[in-house]
Formats: sequence, structure tokens, C-alpha cells
Amino acid sequence: MGVYIIKRILAIIPIFLLATLLTFGLIHMSPVDPAEAYLTAAHIQPTDEILAQKRQEFGLDQPLYIQYLNSVIKISQADFGTSYVSNKPVWDEVSSRMSATIQLALGSILTAIAVSVPVGFLAGLKKGGGIDHLSRFLSFFGASIPSFWFGYLLIIFFSVKLDLFPVEGIGTWKHLVLPSVTLALPLIALYTRLLRASVIENLDKPYVLFARTRGLQEKLILGKHVLRMAISPMVTGLGMNLGKLMTGTIIVEAVFSWPGFGRYFIEAIFNRDVPVIQCYVLLAAALFIISNLVVDLIQMYIDPRISSKGITER
Amino acid sequence: MTIKIHARLKSRKVMILCSIIIGMLILITLLAPWLAPHDPTLVNLAHKLKPPSWEYPLGTDHLGRCTLSRLLYAARMSLGYATLIFISALTIGLVVGTLSGYKGGWVDQLLMRICDGIMAFPSLLLVLGLVGIFGHGLKQVILALIFVQWVYYARIIRGMVLSLREQTYIAAARISGSSQWTIIRKHIIPNVLPPLAVMGALEMGWAIMDISAMSFLGLGVQPPTPEWGAMIHEGKSYIRSHPELMIYPGLMIMLVVVTFNLFGEALSERYGVKRNS
Repeated sequence: MGVYIIKRILAIIPIFLLATLLTFGLIHMSPVDPAEAYLTAAHIQPTDEILAQKRQEFGLDQPLYIQYLNSVIKISQADFGTSYVSNKPVWDEVSSRMSATIQLALGSILTAIAVSVPVGFLAGLKKGGGIDHLSRFLSFFGASIPSFWFGYLLIIFFSVKLDLFPVEGIGTWKHLVLPSVTLALPLIALYTRLLRASVIENLDKPYVLFARTRGLQEKLILGKHVLRMAISPMVTGLGMNLGKLMTGTIIVEAVFSWPGFGRYFIEAIFNRDVPVIQCYVLLAAALFIISNLVVDLIQMYIDPRISSKGITER
Repeated sequence: MTIKIHARLKSRKVMILCSIIIGMLILITLLAPWLAPHDPTLVNLAHKLKPPSWEYPLGTDHLGRCTLSRLLYAARMSLGYATLIFISALTIGLVVGTLSGYKGGWVDQLLMRICDGIMAFPSLLLVLGLVGIFGHGLKQVILALIFVQWVYYARIIRGMVLSLREQTYIAAARISGSSQWTIIRKHIIPNVLPPLAVMGALEMGWAIMDISAMSFLGLGVQPPTPEWGAMIHEGKSYIRSHPELMIYPGLMIMLVVVTFNLFGEALSERYGVKRNS
């Protein structure tokens, strides 16, 4: 099992290198010249002489593979260069906005779990019942409503009509409610469906029948065994969706003027601030890859059968 | 047994209903110039923010443009570009997937590593990154969406080709002297395409949502061209006084996405194709 974990951890390195290679290649194809962009941002009139000097400073005169190696080394030290716009280190800019985004992400994950676990579980227990209909409604419409629109619907209803929550900004828990719910909706849709299907599947398993014949209390069977087994695909879903959640924060932050780093990313896109874009995209890839790994490991913990069975296949 | 038949009938009903809605949407996109009561980009400040009337069935926006006309023309944008993205991504995926699955070896290795690289990113985020690097605008958004989409088709097609390659009738065709090209064209592609049509229905909904999300962020379709996401973006300044300006386009997006999702689900249930996402 230890070997398996180490193997999995080592396996993410080539994938991440591929991701850096891809971003490096794309940025290299971009028509933006870093030296020129830097000078424009610093309000220095670009002459051929200064441009050549800056290019040398940035290492742009070196062969491509050396440039790539340099960029990988820098990235591994969390050095993403300086922003063309603010002229400050990208990492400082990004990390100062991180906490707002993490707050939003956590809020939405908690909301999603708080809604989808009871709804999905009860829906799976009573197929065709009232809660089951609710779960189908949630999982269908949650996946089909554009989240930016849903956010505005919430604003129209809860902020403008009822005046319960603030329209935008950050601060108290009240500010967090609407953005979290908006961001949670697609997650609720997915988790409810996953959990419902998995509860239904598990109820048919022989171990449930065995537990019943042994005379275990129904509450215990459902609460301890079925729920625990059924929750495992949900954990996968959670990990697989961290990347999507990151995309979601970009849109939700735009709707609610949430001062996180998703909004910073959009600003960077408009300004073509390439170092910031690169940092953001690579961070997303890292989060995506690492969360998939963590999910696999958690799953191994929940369901030890995977570790003995799945090693060779993966 | 009765439950199964019941479910089948229901899925048939859903399919018919969805086909009708999709048919109507196609008609709208084709006939928008005749259906729309006004020019969707005609600014008339004397008529701004008017309530619904006979002349303007859904009222007018902040520049006095007819909301209904804009909604109808926007359908053209969304459906047209979603189709373009789907067909382009499918074509690239078909070429890469077939090549990769049929040739194997280093070609397969190289192509699949490229796919791994692209799939290491959350897809919409990569689209945003690409748009940031290459500049924003509709053309870049469309190209970026194609760039992240083809990978999924390539992967699935490769898998299908791998299993098809082992079928006896392919071996028979090879033994009887058919060329590689003939086998791919006559035996492989016709078998790969039908399940992809099902996937296409599901992907259309996502493509429409992605385009409108990008336009909402101000990166895709640029004003004054009508597009649902862009309309929501424009309407947000009037959220207190005229929320309907952003409610209508959102309803349209939802209607279209729900229809394509239901249609795709019904199709895949009927033809036993699993969605791979």
C-alpha cells in the first residue's frame, strides 16, 4: 500500500510537466512580447536598445529548451514572474487574494454537502417518494441553469425584493450566503444524483441482506454501512470537481464582485497580463491533478478493497 | 416489465417533445430576420426601457432595442456557434482518435500524451487562459473551445477503434486484402459515428452554456451583437428597475440547455450509449 501511494505521487510529476510544457508552448506562440509588455506597463518608451536589454534580462535570447527549463525551475520555486500591469510579483498578488476565494469555495462545498447528503440519501432509500422527486428536480435543473444567471436570480429575489442579503462585496457571513449557494448548485445537482444512485445500488448488495438476517437494527445498517459505502463515489465527485469549482469561482466572483483571485484572473485576461494567466492556469492544473490523487487515496481509506485490487490496473 | 415499457414510452414522449423544441429553435435561427419585429441592433433612445406593447412584445432595453428581436437573433449565435464547435471538435477528434487507435505505437503515444496535457486542466479554465494569451474576442473563444473539446472525442473514439480493430470482420477485411484506408472508411468510421451523435446532443447544451458564460464575462460575443450571455451582462446594470432584461435571456439559455440535455439522455437511454464525462 505504501508503494502504491508513492507510485501514485510520482505519477503526477510527468503530468504536471506536460501541463507546464503546454502552457509554455502556448505562451510562446502568443503575439505578446514580454519585454515590450513590461516596458509599456512601466511607462518606458520602448527603444530597440532597451528592448534588447530587457529581452536579455528575461532570457528571451536563449534557446527555447533552456527558456523552458528556466521557467520550470522558477515555477517549482513559486516564482511566476512579475505582473505586467502592477509590476509586483505575481505570486504576492495571487496569494493575497487567495483567502477570499478559499472562503467562497469552502462555503459552497459545505452548502453542497449539507443539502445533497440528506436529500440524496433519503431519495435513494425511498425511490419514487417526495424527496426522490425533489432530488431529481435538483439534479436536473442544477445542471442546466447557467450559474451566472442563477446568481442574479438570487440577487433579484433575496437582495432586491426581500432585502435579506447584500448584493455584492465581502465581509460578514451574510455576504457569503448567496455566492456560496450559487456556486454550490451544480455541485448539489451532481452529488445528489451520485449519492442517490449509489444508495440504490448498495441496498441491493448481499451485505445488507446479511446484516438484516443477522437482525441488526435497520437504523444501524443504513446509517453505518450503507451510508459509508454509498458516500465513496461522492468523494470522487468532489475531487473531480475541484477544478470545475475553480472555474465556477471565476463566474460567481464576477457576479457578486467578490474580491477573490478569480476576478483578478478575469482582469488579467482583459489586460493580457500573461504571467498572471500562466500562474492561474498552472495552479488550477496543480489543484486538479493533486485533488484527483487525494481523492484516490481517500477512497482507498474508505474502501480498502480498492488498494488490493486496483494497483495493477491503474 | 410494465415499468420498462412505461419508461420507454415516457422517454419516447420526451424525445418527441425535445425534437419539436429543437426543430422550432432551428426554424428560429433560420427565420430570425422574418420573425423578428425589429432590427435587433437598432438603437432608439426615445423608446428605451419600454414595457411590453403590441409594437415591442417583450419591451425594449436600455438603448431602446426590441428585446424579442434580440432574443430571436441571439438564438442564431448560440446554436450556430455551438454546432460549429461540435462539428470541428468531432472532426479533429475523429481523425486523431482513429489514427491513434488504429496505428498504435509511437503515434498513439504522442497523440495521447498531448491529450493528457490538455486534460490536466479544467476545460473552461484552459479556455479562459487561451483567450487571455491570444486576446479576447469571439474568434478566439470559439477556437479555444474547439481546442479543449476535441480531446474528449479523440479519447472516446480511440477506445472504440481499439475494440473494433479486434473484431473478426475487420480481420477478415484485412486478410481479403482491403487497404488500411478502406477499412477505416468503410468499417470503422460508420461504426463509430452513431454513438457520437448521441454524445453530440449532450455536448450541444454544454457548448451553448460555455459560449454564453464567456460572453457574459465580456470575452466572447461583443456588443451590440445580440447573444444571450452578453444580454445578461448588459442587463445587470438594470437589475433593480428592470430585472426582466436579464431574466428573458437566462430563460432562453435554460430552455435550450434543458432540451438538449433531456434529448441526449433520452437518446442514450434508447441506444444504450453511456455518456463519458
